[in-house]
Amino acid sequence: MFERITSSKEGKGRTRLPLTRRNGTLLLLMAFFCQLGLAACGDNTNTASTGAGAAATTAAGVAAATTAAGAAAPGGTIQIGLITKTDTNPFFVKMKEGAEKEAQAKGAKLLSAAGKFDGDNESQVTAIENMVNAGVKGILITPSNTKAIVPAIQKARDKGVLVIALDTPTDPQEGTDALFATDNKKAGVLIGQYAKAAMAGKPAKIATLDLAPGITVGVLRHDGFLEGYGIKNGDAQIVCSQDTQGDQAKGQTAMENCLQKEPGINLVYTINEPAALGAYTALKAAGKEKDVLIVSVDGGCTGVQGVKDGKIGATSQQYPLKMATAGVDAVVDFAASGKKATGYTDTGVTLITGKPQTGVDAKDIQFGLDNCWGNK
Amino acid sequence: MSKVITPNQTEAGASDDTRRMLSQAFSVSTLGPLIALLIASAFFAIQSPRFLTGTNLSLVVQQVMVIGTLAIGQTLVILTAGIDLSNGAVMALGTIVMTKFATDYGLNPFAAILAGLIVCALFGALNGTLVTRLGLPPFIVTLGTLNIAFALTHIYSNEQTISDLPAALTFFGNTFKIGETAITYGTILMFVLFFLTWFVLQQTAVGRHIYALGNNPEAARLTGINTRRLLIMVYSVAGLIYGIAGLLLISRTSVGDPQAGQTDNLDSITAVVLGGTSLFGGRGSVLGTLVGALIVGIFRNGLQLMGVKSIFQVLITGVLVILAVSVDQLARRRQK
Repeated sequence: MFERITSSKEGKGRTRLPLTRRNGTLLLLMAFFCQLGLAACGDNTNTASTGAGAAATTAAGVAAATTAAGAAAPGGTIQIGLITKTDTNPFFVKMKEGAEKEAQAKGAKLLSAAGKFDGDNESQVTAIENMVNAGVKGILITPSNTKAIVPAIQKARDKGVLVIALDTPTDPQEGTDALFATDNKKAGVLIGQYAKAAMAGKPAKIATLDLAPGITVGVLRHDGFLEGYGIKNGDAQIVCSQDTQGDQAKGQTAMENCLQKEPGINLVYTINEPAALGAYTALKAAGKEKDVLIVSVDGGCTGVQGVKDGKIGATSQQYPLKMATAGVDAVVDFAASGKKATGYTDTGVTLITGKPQTGVDAKDIQFGLDNCWGNK
Repeated sequence: MSKVITPNQTEAGASDDTRRMLSQAFSVSTLGPLIALLIASAFFAIQSPRFLTGTNLSLVVQQVMVIGTLAIGQTLVILTAGIDLSNGAVMALGTIVMTKFATDYGLNPFAAILAGLIVCALFGALNGTLVTRLGLPPFIVTLGTLNIAFALTHIYSNEQTISDLPAALTFFGNTFKIGETAITYGTILMFVLFFLTWFVLQQTAVGRHIYALGNNPEAARLTGINTRRLLIMVYSVAGLIYGIAGLLLISRTSVGDPQAGQTDNLDSITAVVLGGTSLFGGRGSVLGTLVGALIVGIFRNGLQLMGVKSIFQVLITGVLVILAVSVDQLARRRQK
């Protein structure tokens, strides 16, 4: 999903150091690098077994992993780059898992990198440059800053690298060769329709817990929800709208504030499941959790569990694993045939609920758990 | 690892000058990191045939030019036994001022750049004033200005990335060729700043005063140095340098990005520490900082070329920082 912002003397010393101290420093440093598996230290085997001491355990691990990966990437191996917004968000962890598995299956090698925080453009630029120098055939990227990343992507494309955006389009969308992502408008429409049916004509007081101003994904889901519900922005039934950055704690605060403003809220749209679970916590504290329907987007395993537990009424499930798999396949195809993937590929979205409504297509909780973020 | 020189040394005969300058430039605190850098480079060159190419090395320097330049300002502050947590945020504010002035208000790009540099220098002056006039610890002062600059950046930019910039703003992103290797003007600017700062620190009275202040502020004051004015000057110059780093960031990414620089304060401190400068002030070399910044860049690039997961780069940086500080501490203890 987009904007996964879920869940960082002796100056007085009048003499120069005697040589022995210098040697000490050097020896320490050299010892460290020897442990890194440096061939120049005399042992050319580059294996982990020669490492000794605490530092060596971790450092030798690096050396061993490197050797196994075949550092020079000789001739035939196709290299594929994957750059996510962060290393920590479960959504991207899932995506990386999928890409690694698929790359292994196709005999390709996956290089991965991520930003240090959501919105970290510079790290993503650096990763693109390094991957191009490493000789990748293609790069899969979830852009952190959809506009700022475009010039760096263009430079990579100019060097013949296939660039595919996963989950989040660049601005403009033509900034990449292709886009594999969820149809976010549709994800919103599905939960809007569900909410309309579930409310069964009752007068609604709606709170929308949105993403952040000006972020396309958030706008698409929000507008989709309203469309599915059959109302427009500015409708009197919408009594409270707050930004949550897709964060659970902020979702809770936003819901608390909305309840202060309008205690009679009975329908809550949330940008994602962390925001939904935050809203539920606030509603529960106010003793209103039974009277309020929460709808959301994501279909993560924790989120679907939330549906199962009755915290969330329904959620639109998306498939990051599919995005990653399709991305890897596209780069492998490109390497084989020279044909680049183009345009937008919808990786699908499914409504998951434990209380289906007539006239609204949905899958049950078991399906949701089996497929949470594309597990199967 | 002492590299502080006494008045006697400063007044040494001209014939000793060259030898002294060389030994200062490559004193132990710089030499250790330099050797680490060379060993790491040799290691990566063996591991990947793509590493030791002009294009790749030029790229690494380009990738460290923003942090490297920020770290010049950070070195100045740390030499006075201070710390500056606000530098990344101040830089980001500078980039937004430059890009917004040049696009939204259609100002002459050079005037826009000047405005950005002034804003950054003023933030530095504010840091320096709070540290000296109110006697607040630099950590607290710059923690405060970090948040202020961050908030101003987001309020003023309205969270919008600013693109389609006039060419003058991205000039330092342009390249010239030496043989087959494209080199950006920005990296040249960074090197010039490093050597200029090194020269001022080693060869001018003001530079020696900064070391003296970092070693013992009271002694420095008693020898007649106006320590308050000196500190304000150091923080202001550091601010100005953050502004230049901002200009380099714009030239590198071709946009004004309000999200930029959020972890750059810690990254710049990492470069300073890896370069052998003491966090207790008064000891270290700005050339060591250059080496420190390059070490981080070399590891990031080399590990990526080898296909090692990026998280290992973070792990290794952590180990190196501990190692560098330990070496510094050992040296201090032995000298006591």
